[in-house]
Amino acid sequence: MANLSNFNLRDKGAELWAGWSRPVRTLFVLACIVVVGFLPFAASFGPTSFLNTPITSFQNVLVYPVGMFILMALGLNIVVGKSGLLDLGYVAFFAIGAYSQGILSTLYGWNTWEVLPVGISIAMLAGLILGLPALRLRGDYLAIITLGFGEIVRIVALNLSVTGGPNGVVGIPNPPAILGFHFDLEHPQDFFWLVLVMILLVIWMIRRFTVRRPGRAWEAIRQDEDVAALMGVNTLVYKLWSFVIGAAVGGAAGVIYASKIFVISPDNFKFEVSILILACVVFGGIGNIWGVILGSALLAYLPERIRFISNARQLVFGLVLIIMMNLRPDGLLPRKKREKITEKGAK
Amino acid sequence: MNFSVLTSQFWSLALQGLALGLIYALVSLGYTMVYGVLRLINFANSEVFMVGTFATLFLEVHVLGYATNSPSLHGLKLIWTLLLVFVGSMIACALLAILVELVAYRRLRARGANRLASLISAIGVSIFLLEAMRIVTISRPMTTPRLLDKWTFGDFHGANLRIDTIMSIIIPIIIFVILDRFVTKSRLGKSIRAVSMSEENSKLMGININRVITLTFCIGGLTTGAAAFIYTTVYENTVFNVGFNMGIAAFTAAVLGGIGNLRGAFYGGIALGLLEQFSSAVLGSQWKAVTVFAVLVVVLLFKPNGLFGEAVQQTRT
Repeated sequence: MANLSNFNLRDKGAELWAGWSRPVRTLFVLACIVVVGFLPFAASFGPTSFLNTPITSFQNVLVYPVGMFILMALGLNIVVGKSGLLDLGYVAFFAIGAYSQGILSTLYGWNTWEVLPVGISIAMLAGLILGLPALRLRGDYLAIITLGFGEIVRIVALNLSVTGGPNGVVGIPNPPAILGFHFDLEHPQDFFWLVLVMILLVIWMIRRFTVRRPGRAWEAIRQDEDVAALMGVNTLVYKLWSFVIGAAVGGAAGVIYASKIFVISPDNFKFEVSILILACVVFGGIGNIWGVILGSALLAYLPERIRFISNARQLVFGLVLIIMMNLRPDGLLPRKKREKITEKGAK
Repeated sequence: MNFSVLTSQFWSLALQGLALGLIYALVSLGYTMVYGVLRLINFANSEVFMVGTFATLFLEVHVLGYATNSPSLHGLKLIWTLLLVFVGSMIACALLAILVELVAYRRLRARGANRLASLISAIGVSIFLLEAMRIVTISRPMTTPRLLDKWTFGDFHGANLRIDTIMSIIIPIIIFVILDRFVTKSRLGKSIRAVSMSEENSKLMGININRVITLTFCIGGLTTGAAAFIYTTVYENTVFNVGFNMGIAAFTAAVLGGIGNLRGAFYGGIALGLLEQFSSAVLGSQWKAVTVFAVLVVVLLFKPNGLFGEAVQQTRT
């Protein structure tokens, strides 16, 4: 058991990566993207056909839940993993993005590409409005406020007429085709590629932030907020930034989700989704992009794969969470050892 | 906005709010006591409550053999029966809470894992219990027998003094008084407070940390079980996801009063119960949760440690 928990694939990977020259790295990244890009066809391809999901089509599963969960978990990871703020209402931003798409497209005839920046902005604004009071509070108080915010967004959607109440918004159009890609029912793989591009953009954004000033500020805040403030980090501003950027990713995921799913209703945005996304982040490895991606891919895919035990799949899901957290408390791919050591030291 | 209801039914709403709030207060002890010693949100407590309601149902229907249409009991037999079910529900919840600690927290704590890992494993336990009960009950809401005849024995400014309302006010108050004495006066209670102040120092003073934590979960389970009994006796039904709303309300109550603080949970629960009743009357019950959270935000802005402050000032998150 000790071996299992001490083995850190992430560190091995980082070592390997550090040893490569620039062209090798570029080649490796491109190869990875190509392999992932072919995923939608994996289920119909002999040796990998065991991946196929019963009941729901594999290509749709790849978009929602897998792709969407990865996107949202990456966004939540900025908040929970990078700056150490416990957000239990992340689904609110997803809902805001989805309802922006739903309302603007059905009532005003906007297409998805026009809604996308607007939806992201609205989600960011919501993050700002929530963050300004909430981020002055510490730790678990923030948790309950964000939880409350998630519920408030859902209840408001449930009770307003513009959001369609409990019936939700029906007849949300698909995004119009661009560059020969058709985003509709017949082409789920195109949707997957769209989500893949968004995921890559988010990864790129997070990596840029991490090595620059905001990333260092977040790291300092996560390890010890008081010390960070003492050293001259404007903690509120950087916490707000991480919150708002996280909200933006959630909002973007929401817009795309709504434009794929045709119907959205308050039931899609329950507290359980927030918890599920948080579970993805912690399960994979808080703070580590690759861990988060692996964790959310597994947790999103697993319930679909075991749909044949449909009645008990959530039960199994709960068991998996308990067992995995007990075996690997730092997640499947934990963050860098350096960061972990200081984390222990700060306790 | 409908303020006329507020004035015409003020005492009735206040009484209902008080009764509901005290149930919240009992459940919120399951959060606040654990938070006091571990600094962790005990996410599985909502499902401990759910299991408590089903334990009450099980004892009444399957152990004591009452059907949902059984006639109400009277006299000594009523008291004995209710007492038996009450104690049974408390014991069931206490055992479950101890089990939750063993499964979800102990191993992770021994390894010094980060707080979120414990949170997720507790959520795992919560999902497991919820789903297990959903499968067992096939998602059906269940009605419990009306053992206690709901007679009204008085009237207070237009508010009916019903026996179950009074019961759900008196029992929590008694429990809180006992618990408050226990935590402040007894040796075990003092050890709980010592651990919540500093785990390291308590260890040096020879306190068995694991035993104290088990005791804390046990107390949280006992009060949650008591709340589950009262809830089931008053509302006479339960369903597999009954714990969700109760859990959120109780957690909110704990934070409102100042999490980790016993008396804070008591007053936070009452405040939340009254707030829910009055806001439902004025704004309509669909906006209840929105009002509650709006008030919570405002309270926390001015009193960042809740109305009554944390029992132990926490300098680090």
